[in-house]
Order: sequence, then structure tokens, then C-alpha cells
Amino acid sequence: MLQYSIKRIVMAIPVVIFISFIVFYIIQLPPGDYVSSYSAQMTAAGEIMTQDDMDQMRANLGLDRPVYEQYAIWIKKIVFEGDFGYSFNYNKPVIDVVKQYMGLTLVVSIVTMLFQYLVAIPIGIYTAVKQYSAGDYFFSGLSFLGMATPNFLLAIILMYFSYTWFGDPLLGLFSDEYVNAAWSWDKVVDLLKHLVIPVIVIGLASTADLIRVMRGQMLDELNKPNVVTARSKGLSETKILFKYPTRAALNPIVSTFGWSLSSIFTGSTITAIVLNLPIQGPVMYKALLGQDMYLAGSWLLFMALLTVLGTLISDILLAWLDPKIRTEFRGN
Amino acid sequence: MTTQTAQAACKADDGQPLLSVQDLKIRIQMDNGVMQAVDGVDFEIKKGKTLGLVGESGCGKSLTSRAIIGINPKECETTGVIKYDLASEGSASDPIDLLSLDPKGKRIRSIRGNKIAMIFQEPMTAFSPMYTIGNQMVEMIRIHRTKNKKEAKKIALEMLGKVGISDQEKRFDQYPHEFSGGMRQRAMIAMALSCNPELLIADEPTTALDVTIQAQVLELMQSLQREFGMAILLVTHDLGIIAEMCDEVAVMYLGKIVEQAPVREIFYNPKHPYTKGLLKSMPRLGGEKSVRLDSIEGSVPMPIDMPPMCGFYERCTDRIEGVCNARSVPKTRISDDHSVRCFLYSDQQRGEAQ
Amino acid sequence: MRTLPIFKRAKTEAFLESAAKDINYSSQWKLIYMKFKRHKLARISLIVLGVLYFVALFAQFIAPYSLQSYDSKYVNAPPMTLRFVDADGKFHLRPFVYELKSARDPDTMRKIFVSDTEKRYALKWFVQGEEYKFLGMFKTKLHLFGVEQPGRLFMFGTDAMGRDMFSRIVLGSQISLSIPLVGVGISFVLGLIIGGISGYFGGWLDSIIQRIIEIIRSFPTLPLWMALSAAIPPRVPVVTMYLYIVIIFALIGWTDLARVVRGKFISLKNEDYVVAAKIAGVGNTKIIVKHLLPGFMSYLVVATTLAIPNMILSETAMSFLGLGIRSPATSWGVLLQEAQKVENVALYPWKLIPLGIVVLTVLAYNFLGDGLRDAADPYKK
Repeated sequence: MLQYSIKRIVMAIPVVIFISFIVFYIIQLPPGDYVSSYSAQMTAAGEIMTQDDMDQMRANLGLDRPVYEQYAIWIKKIVFEGDFGYSFNYNKPVIDVVKQYMGLTLVVSIVTMLFQYLVAIPIGIYTAVKQYSAGDYFFSGLSFLGMATPNFLLAIILMYFSYTWFGDPLLGLFSDEYVNAAWSWDKVVDLLKHLVIPVIVIGLASTADLIRVMRGQMLDELNKPNVVTARSKGLSETKILFKYPTRAALNPIVSTFGWSLSSIFTGSTITAIVLNLPIQGPVMYKALLGQDMYLAGSWLLFMALLTVLGTLISDILLAWLDPKIRTEFRGN
Repeated sequence: MTTQTAQAACKADDGQPLLSVQDLKIRIQMDNGVMQAVDGVDFEIKKGKTLGLVGESGCGKSLTSRAIIGINPKECETTGVIKYDLASEGSASDPIDLLSLDPKGKRIRSIRGNKIAMIFQEPMTAFSPMYTIGNQMVEMIRIHRTKNKKEAKKIALEMLGKVGISDQEKRFDQYPHEFSGGMRQRAMIAMALSCNPELLIADEPTTALDVTIQAQVLELMQSLQREFGMAILLVTHDLGIIAEMCDEVAVMYLGKIVEQAPVREIFYNPKHPYTKGLLKSMPRLGGEKSVRLDSIEGSVPMPIDMPPMCGFYERCTDRIEGVCNARSVPKTRISDDHSVRCFLYSDQQRGEAQ
Repeated sequence: MRTLPIFKRAKTEAFLESAAKDINYSSQWKLIYMKFKRHKLARISLIVLGVLYFVALFAQFIAPYSLQSYDSKYVNAPPMTLRFVDADGKFHLRPFVYELKSARDPDTMRKIFVSDTEKRYALKWFVQGEEYKFLGMFKTKLHLFGVEQPGRLFMFGTDAMGRDMFSRIVLGSQISLSIPLVGVGISFVLGLIIGGISGYFGGWLDSIIQRIIEIIRSFPTLPLWMALSAAIPPRVPVVTMYLYIVIIFALIGWTDLARVVRGKFISLKNEDYVVAAKIAGVGNTKIIVKHLLPGFMSYLVVATTLAIPNMILSETAMSFLGLGIRSPATSWGVLLQEAQKVENVALYPWKLIPLGIVVLTVLAYNFLGDGLRDAADPYKK
């Protein structure tokens, strides 16, 4: 097992290196650079920057060097100094910006993930066991609808309802009075209240997807001969359901675990922009548009790493859950 | 009427049958109509005896065998009477109708695995790949015999030994995929017999195994039958196995039992054209090499919205037009223990034909 | 008793005949068709999509107004109701609309619209309107319907610039419905070729292609989209922008298909009939075209159909954020930009109509894909 995990990790390394290169290339793509967008801002504010000023600024920021050199410097600093560069927009090191938003991003992502598994698995089991019942049609219809609705628009609709019913669109993650307050019980409650809409919105599509996968898996498993065997042994239906089909159907679901976290991380971007959540999505969006290249690049790199890591976790989980693969390693 | 003296090797004692199936019907709703998968099946099994249920795939033999302990999927609409004699328990009650029990209820569950055990065709898929063999065996023992984990394990190990699996301690903790096909079927038998059932239903127990292993498994079943004195319902399409194992035979075709007799009668004095066809298609030792084996032409139709007629009509060499395809065939008694469903032997038909 | 009633024999014969026409004797495509026909939702979806694409094709003819035509008198006007019965209770055979009059809400002092029951404009077929090129070929002023001049018809209301939402949705469908098709089309070809090469030839070529696919797939789709879209220079011509977006979608989308194709190639190329063809000296191209492709074409069609809804949602999302199609071109995502603010939705709920159309389209594609998937495997119950 350990051997397998190590092998998978080693295989992921060249992928990561390549990704970092592509990431840097992509953030170079937009025409102009930070200095030109900065000077445009200054011009709009009434201050005109001369060409000399701009060149000076470029030299200060290291933007006058060739792309590959900039890349080499960036990577070198990341690897050896843990320095991801400087965010021009925020006027502080990228790592500080990341730290500032990481906590809440993790909270939103993890709660969403829990929500999605806790909702999808029971519904998946229910709809499979009661195939073609009214409940099955209801949930299947709902999950089709969930997959077909762009989640950022669902956010708007939910906001509209909370606005008309509670008089508060529940924008952001905290009410005004708690934004800068120290952590307290009330602040947690306030956070939870504000989490409802984002979690539903971000999690809906993947929950819908998961329900369908779980239902399909369950239907497959329910028709397997080992269920008939279990029945012929005199087991009760409940025991059979949970010990045999459910356990087997959970395998592929649980293995999506790693992959799912990273997809929630990236999938929340648009919703976060619409709902104005203080998490990574909007930060990244502004960085991309404002050519804040080290911040944007670091986020992109981070997302890609997370995806690689998620796939890795999923692969290892899958191997570990399958007795066939597990015993092979035990034998060695 | 030609009376045949029944030459059955072991004539059954006159006691009450262990299991008696009467007019069993199974209907399945399909997309394009109702399929009459099992259509009025009757048979009896006596204590300690073996009944063979033989037929092509799709004739309803598996459904019939599973209906006994009520483990068919809920799409199967089952009617009829399945009487099972619980008197051996000491309680002098009448036989109970298994079909009248709630298929999910406690009563039938206390019979499944305990009084009537079952083994299946594909030991690979019949065991769950997620749990060890030991886990799946102990689970059943703990329902019916003992709550004690250690004791249950001891019983399981002992059973594994009885079916000829060595190194039981290690095998107990292995997963099904670590067993060979024959070993898996042995484990399946060990599990089925671990609660000393009175009736063992074996649904094509050797079909998935290769021939040498087949013989071993059959031998094992026979010796265990002698040891435990249980009755066996053997479902198969292999007449060779029937000849070796059974006391009585019921030949099934398209949801009906077309001929039923003691095993020697079936082999030496077959009546129904289908039975004859089956026997002709069987290779024999010492037969002429150059002689081609006979086969039954055509394939089994789907019994969906079937008009009253003989299901074998299309493929029958002795069919009588206007009779066989015009009404359903009644059962005709040839002798005490030999019955057949064919117009060639029905009195009414004979009267008309002469 | 020998003779039988005719109907009885007929019934028996019919039974035997239908048994012969059984599932075992039909060709693959016939089976797929039979199975697909049974999937009611998929059939309805096919019709819905047919209508949508028909409307998109003749959008300029069907839309009463052009994309840019606006009327500052009617900013954020609500949808008009087509009426048959007027304020006096009189029935009119030809449906009509009332003119909208702006007024002020006495409570909030907000600008609102009320129907002016004095002025009635009847709906007319084939009216003259703004000039456009029919199917890009010849100029005409003919529109499918409209109301009498100087009346105006806003079936879905108007936007913040006083442009007719209905016309904009119809015209926007040209982009929203074609981008996923073209994008999926390109990724289909890419996936088929690259996946085919990878699976059929194997070896080092396969390893390299697999690594590339792995890298592309490691990228989180959404941020990659955002990054690439941000790289599109502003103020490029509509056609160029359209191409950029299609290419971005295709570049990311082909990997899924390539994996499916590769897997199928690998499993099929070791089938006996393919090996037999090889031994018989059949060329590579012929083996691929005659023996391999038909074996999994149905799977490809299914995979492609199921990839489309995702592209529609992505295009909508990107355009919504201003990273996809931008003004003056219009797609449903662009139309939804006005729904970004809760206040807008609360005051002018008709701005969510494009959302309904998006959901309808995505649902239709999903059901169609579902139906096709079930049908592609006709032997599976």
C-alpha cells in the first residue's frame, strides 16, 4: 500500500512542474502587465505616469526581465524561501493574502463537502431502494434540475427569497457588526446563518451528481447475486441493505472524496463573486483582471496542486477500499 | 393403457413429504406484456431424498427454487401453495404454507438458512467481494445457531474442514477472490450446511466449475447428504448430474413440469417428446463416434401473452396440429409415480385419434 | 372438435410471429431506435431542442426587433400580456396589446408602467420592420410578427436600456446554442484523433499523450477558463471573440473524449475479429474505419451529447462574469448580467427569463443524453 502511494506521488511530481510552467505562461498572456494597468488607474485618478516612471517601476518589480527568467526567479523563491512573490494589488506578500482568505475558504469548502455527502448518500440509497416510487421521481427530478441550473443564478434567486422573507439578502459571510469582531458564540451563529445559501448553492450541482451516481451504484449492487445469497441466509432486509449493497456502492463514492474537495474549492469561485464572500474566488478574479500576476499565478498553481493532490487521495482511497488491491499488498 | 411397473431404486416411504409445492405460478410484468414464467408447477420432496429439476435456461427452474424461500425479486407475482413440514421440530403442527408468510418477516427468515439452505451457481458473485469468507459464514451461524462469536467461528472452521478445505484458520480470514472457483463453491456449501438444514436447494451448483472439480463437489454433496440426512432440490440442466444424484426427476419446459418420474423411469422410459429430445442430445460412453448428437431444433419462445397451447409445439417432432396448439395440456398419469403433460398420452386425445 | 375457431388460430400464429420478430433478430441501429423511442423524456427533449435550434436559425426573422434597437421611453418595462378581451369586455379575434404608459408608484415614487386601455395595438403576422439579412443571404424587412405602428410589443419586457428582451433572447440563442455545438464538435474531432492514435498505436506515443492529458486534466477547469478568458484582448471583433471562446472550450474539453476513445480502442483492438482482420492483411485505416469505429460510435455520440450541457453552463457563467461573450454580441449569459443584483431581480423579475431558457436547454440535453445512453446499450435491461 505504502509502495503504491509513493509510486503515485512520484508520478505526480513532473505533472506539477509542468503545471507551474503553464500557469506562469497563462498569467503572462493578457496584453499589458501590472504597470500598464496601474498607470491606467493613476491616469484615471488624474496622475499621469511618464514612460520613465513606468520603466522604473517595471525594473523595481522585475517585470523588465524575459519571461523564463521571471519564471525561474518565481519558482526558485517558492521552493527555497517559501516566497510566492508580492501582490501588487494588496501591497503585501502573496502568502499573507492567501493566509487571510484561507481559513474561511476552508470552512466554506469543508461544510459544503459534508453537506453534499450527508445529503446525497441517504437520498441515493432511498431512491434506489424505492425505484420508480413517487419519492424517487421527486428526488430524481430535483437532481436533474440541480444539475441544469447555473449555480451562480441560483444564488441570486435564494438571495432574493431571503431578502423578501427575512429582509436580509445574507450577503457575505458575516453581518456588518461581526465582520471585525472577535470570535464569539454569536459570531459563529451568524456565520452559520450566512453559510446556508453558499453551501446550498455551491454544493447543489455536485450533490445532484452524487445522488445520481449513488443511485446508479445502488441499483447495480441491489441486483447482484450476493444480495440474494444474503437473503437466503435469513438476514433481515435492513441488515442486508447496509452490509452488502450500500457498503459496496459507497466505494466509488468515498473515493471521490479527494477529488471533490478540490472541485468545491474551484467551483465556488463564481458563486463567491456573486455572493460577495470573503474567500478565494473574488480575490482570484480581481487578481486575474488586474494583472496582479504573482497572486493570480500562486492561486492557479495552488488550485492545480490541490487537484493533483485530490486525484492522488482518491486513487489511494480507491485502492485501499478494494480488498482485491489491499490483499495484494498485504501478500507482498 | 400401457402400465409401466415403477422400477424406482428407492421407493419413497409413505410419510408426509418434507416439501410440497402445489400449483405454483409466477408472473412477471414486462415492458411488452405479462410473462408467465412459472405456470402451475407441482412437486414434492421427501425427507432425505433428492429431487432433480431439469430444463433449459429460462424455463423457470431457478425462479421455482427461489420461490420456495421467497427470495425472488418483488416484480415476481407468485401464487400457489408451498407446504413445508416443520413437524420434525417436535411440534406437532400442520405443515405451514411458506408462500403465505411475509417474505420480509421474521418467520420466513428463521427458516431461510436454518431449515432450508441454498447454494448458488456462481460462487464468485454469490459471495460479496467486500468481506472475508469467515465473516460471511459466521454471520449466518450467528443468526440461527449461536450468538457467541467464538463458538460461531469454531462451527465455521469445522464446516470448512468437512468440505475439504485445509488450513482453515488462514482461509477463514481470506476474501473470496483469494479462493479458486472450486474452493469457493466448497466454502459456499460449508456455509449452507453450517446450520444443519433439512432441505438444501442447489441452484446449478456445478455449472460454473470445470469437470474434475464438478465431480468432487457432487461427491462432497452426496457424502454430506448421507451424513446430515437432508433432502436436496437439485436444479440443473445437466442430465448427467441428475443421473448421478437424484431419486426423482421433474423435467421443466417453459414454466411447466412436462414430465415427472423416478430417475430410472426418466432415463429408461421417457414419454414426453422433450424429455426424449434431451436424452438424445446427451453424449454416451461407448456410443458410436461418427454418430452426430441429436439436438432439439429451434429456441425457447418467451412466454408472454401465450395462448393456451403446448409450449413445446414449435419444436416438437410429434406434434398434432389443431390439438397441441389449441388448448393447454392437462397432466396425465402414466403410473403411480410417473406423470406427463402431453396430448400423445392423454386419454381424451387417444380416444379421438383412434 | 377438430376444426378450430379462426380467431384462436390467428392468435397462436400472431404469438409465434411476434416471437420470431424478437429482440434477438433486429439490427443494432434498429434496436437503438426502438429503445430510444420508449424513452419519453428523451423524445420530448429532442423536439424541444429542435424548436430551439429552429428559432436560432431564423432568429432575425422571428425576433420583432434587432439586438441594438432601444427605446429610452421603455426602460425596464414589464412583459406585456397578449389580450383577447378589452377593458370594456369586448372580445377581439385578433390578440392585441395595450400601450404602456409610465407613471409613478404613489407609495415609493418609483417609475412604473401601466397599461393605457385607450390605445390598443393588434398583433400582426409578417410585418415590415428593421432591415436584416435573411440567413445572411439577402436583405429583407419582413418579420414573423409584430404589432401595428406606432405600438410596441415587449413579450418578455425590456432591459435597463429599453431593449426588447424577447428579441434579445431569440438573437442571443444563436451564440448560446452554437458555441457548445461548435466547441463540442472540435473537441470531438480532437478527442477522436488523439485518443484513437493513443489507443491504437500504443507504446511511447500513448505514454506521451497520456501525460499531456493528465496535465490538462489536473488543471481546475474554472480558474483555467477564467485565466484564459482574461487573456482575450478587449475590443476584438465579435467573430474573433467567438472563435477564442470556442477554442478555449474545445482545448479543455477534448481530454474526456480522448480518454473514452482510447479505452474503447484498447479493448476493441484485441477482439478476435479485429485480430483476424489484421492477420488477413487489412490496412490500419480500414480496420479503424470498418471494424473499430462502428463498435463504439454510439458511446461517442452519448459522451458528446452529455458534454454539451456543461459547455452551455460554462459559457453562461463566463459571459455572466464578463469573461466570455461581451457586448455588442449577446448570449444568454450576457443577458443575465442584469440579474446580478438582488434589487434588480426583486424589482424586475422578468430579467430571470433567460435563466429559464438556459435551464430548459440544459435539461433537454441531459434527458436526450440519458435516453441515448440507455438506447446505446440495447441489450441491457
